[in-house]
Amino acid sequence: MSERLRTHAWPGTYDGEAKPRMGFFTDTSICIGCKACEVACKEWNRVPESPQGFTGDSYDNTVDLGANSWRHVAFVEQRKPLGIDAAERSLAEAANLDQLVAETGLQTYQEGDGLRWLMASDVCKHCTEAACLEVCPTGALFRTEFGTVVVQEDVCNGCGYCVPACPFGVLDQREGDGRVWKCTLCYDRLKDDQEPACAQACPTDSIQFGELDDLRERARARVEALAEAGAERAQLYLAGDDDGIGGAGAFFLLLDDPEVYGLPPDPVDATRDLGSTWAAAGVAAAALGAALAAVVLGGRR
Amino acid sequence: MSATTGATRPPQRSYHGNPVIKEPIWKPEIPWYFFTGGLGGGSAALAYLAELGGHEQLARRAWPIALGGIGVSPLLLISDLGVPHRFLNMLRMFKVTSPMSVGSWLLVAGGATTTVAATNALTGRLAGPARLAKPAAALVGLPISTYTAALIAQTAVPAWHGARRELPAIFAAGAAASAGAAATIATPVRHAAPARRVALAGAAAELLSVQAMEQWLGAVGEPYHVEQAGTYARAARALTVGGALLIGAAGARSRVAAAVGGGMVLAGAVCERWSVFKAGLQSARDPKYVVGPQRERVDGGRGHGASRRALDGRVAEGAR
Ligand code: SF4
Ligand code: SF4
Repeated sequence: MSERLRTHAWPGTYDGEAKPRMGFFTDTSICIGCKACEVACKEWNRVPESPQGFTGDSYDNTVDLGANSWRHVAFVEQRKPLGIDAAERSLAEAANLDQLVAETGLQTYQEGDGLRWLMASDVCKHCTEAACLEVCPTGALFRTEFGTVVVQEDVCNGCGYCVPACPFGVLDQREGDGRVWKCTLCYDRLKDDQEPACAQACPTDSIQFGELDDLRERARARVEALAEAGAERAQLYLAGDDDGIGGAGAFFLLLDDPEVYGLPPDPVDATRDLGSTWAAAGVAAAALGAALAAVVLGGRR
Repeated sequence: MSATTGATRPPQRSYHGNPVIKEPIWKPEIPWYFFTGGLGGGSAALAYLAELGGHEQLARRAWPIALGGIGVSPLLLISDLGVPHRFLNMLRMFKVTSPMSVGSWLLVAGGATTTVAATNALTGRLAGPARLAKPAAALVGLPISTYTAALIAQTAVPAWHGARRELPAIFAAGAAASAGAAATIATPVRHAAPARRVALAGAAAELLSVQAMEQWLGAVGEPYHVEQAGTYARAARALTVGGALLIGAAGARSRVAAAVGGGMVLAGAVCERWSVFKAGLQSARDPKYVVGPQRERVDGGRGHGASRRALDGRVAEGAR
């Protein structure tokens, strides 16, 4: 088992029962936006419907991850063809295209006409350093034998602490239920040596499931191939061990910067600052005691 | 906030302007709890010290205030839970990485000791246990006043996490101001001198620490000045200054002035907690507060390397 993929509780607390660390590699460059992952996840995990209405934000009416959306396909329309950076090629050319669209109302999404579509299926990252798990006071959130992060629905009391703790905004409280819910990386299926529902349903293999070590290997080869083919902004997101969350169990290949897809460009697990936070709280408590003593006793007549 | 230093840099981008992190789902119980925890914890310490200093009348009134503050706190917390009947799950474990877990145990200890202390102060019973319970309640009251700041700081919310060093001081000062103000209201004027001093010192410290936070946080502190958080902050300042002036000027002579001034300082402490609470929500809601500082870190070479591009055939850290 790879030293590098180690988390606080995995494999350490599982002794011989630890399984290889499993994860997702979501290669957004081949996502076709079919949302089969969203549907398969809902079906398998019996996730309630999440009607958001019509947003007008391209084909995205799921909006974000949450208690009732454990996979979310993002749709970004960009007026910038692959391989052509407006700053490098002529700005006049870009302006011409803009004008063409404005004059003719022509809206096509073919590559090369100045428009491109980015699609990406987002999911819980199953962080190596998972802030949600660290702050959970009940222990409902735990690290499985596969190195994934799961909420125990029979323990969670809906305190809501994990919700703002996650740097990716993954967790949310389910209305009428009170508990929080998120992707379990199909814990039940993993136990039966099955692939998670979303990965199995994905027709293009944009969502790849496997041992994290292998997935990272595959992803590196893929991003290099894409860079060679001219996708200069292609980047691996959360695929290392030394980022602000110690790397993710579910990582991504993106064609543009993370924030374009609604992902934070430099997420950090707040637990890294636990020491300075507790120190400040401790000093403040001690100062409060000293000041009260000085003021109450000092003025004694 | 937004990163627009270079001429070629595109303006900050986001996904359809949607939030990146989730807004906390905590209800109004939580900012109120910040206040009651501070009031209760501060009052326990004040009561014990007043007893030590021979201010019997003051101590006898501060203990029940401490019990009120610490007693109502768990009720507020339980009512905020999504599954209230599972509140005992808070005590399944003790986790130092979770300020909420630490705080739950502090409230258990504070609740038990303060109950004994207040019972003794009011009825004279339980004298034996109270000898231990009183100093213990005073001691536990101090972190009860400040750990809530650590709780909100240990999140991805920019206005809270960015202020992790400053918020505990504000909460401690607010606890002193609240405890002093409440005791000033409850105690006859001639016995309340130490309470008035605590109220004034706490109010001054609260104003100063809020000021200091604004200085130190710079752009990260913007959410504290705008929208509802800004309104609460201005109300807090006005009420705290006004109340302190009234207590200082007339609190030693007039019980009415002491009560009105004390009420204003208490209201100021409540508003300050609401300002902090709202600032967090505002900063979580707006992607510019979440993405902006992170993008600046990455562009400034201070990022943690979440995104890497392929360069020269190997995957290396990407610079824009
Ligand atoms: S992405 Fe968020 S919810 Fe998922 S493991 Fe990381 S911190 Fe927890
Ligand atoms: S809401 Fe549930 S899972 Fe989240 S921190 Fe609280 S108890 Fe843990």
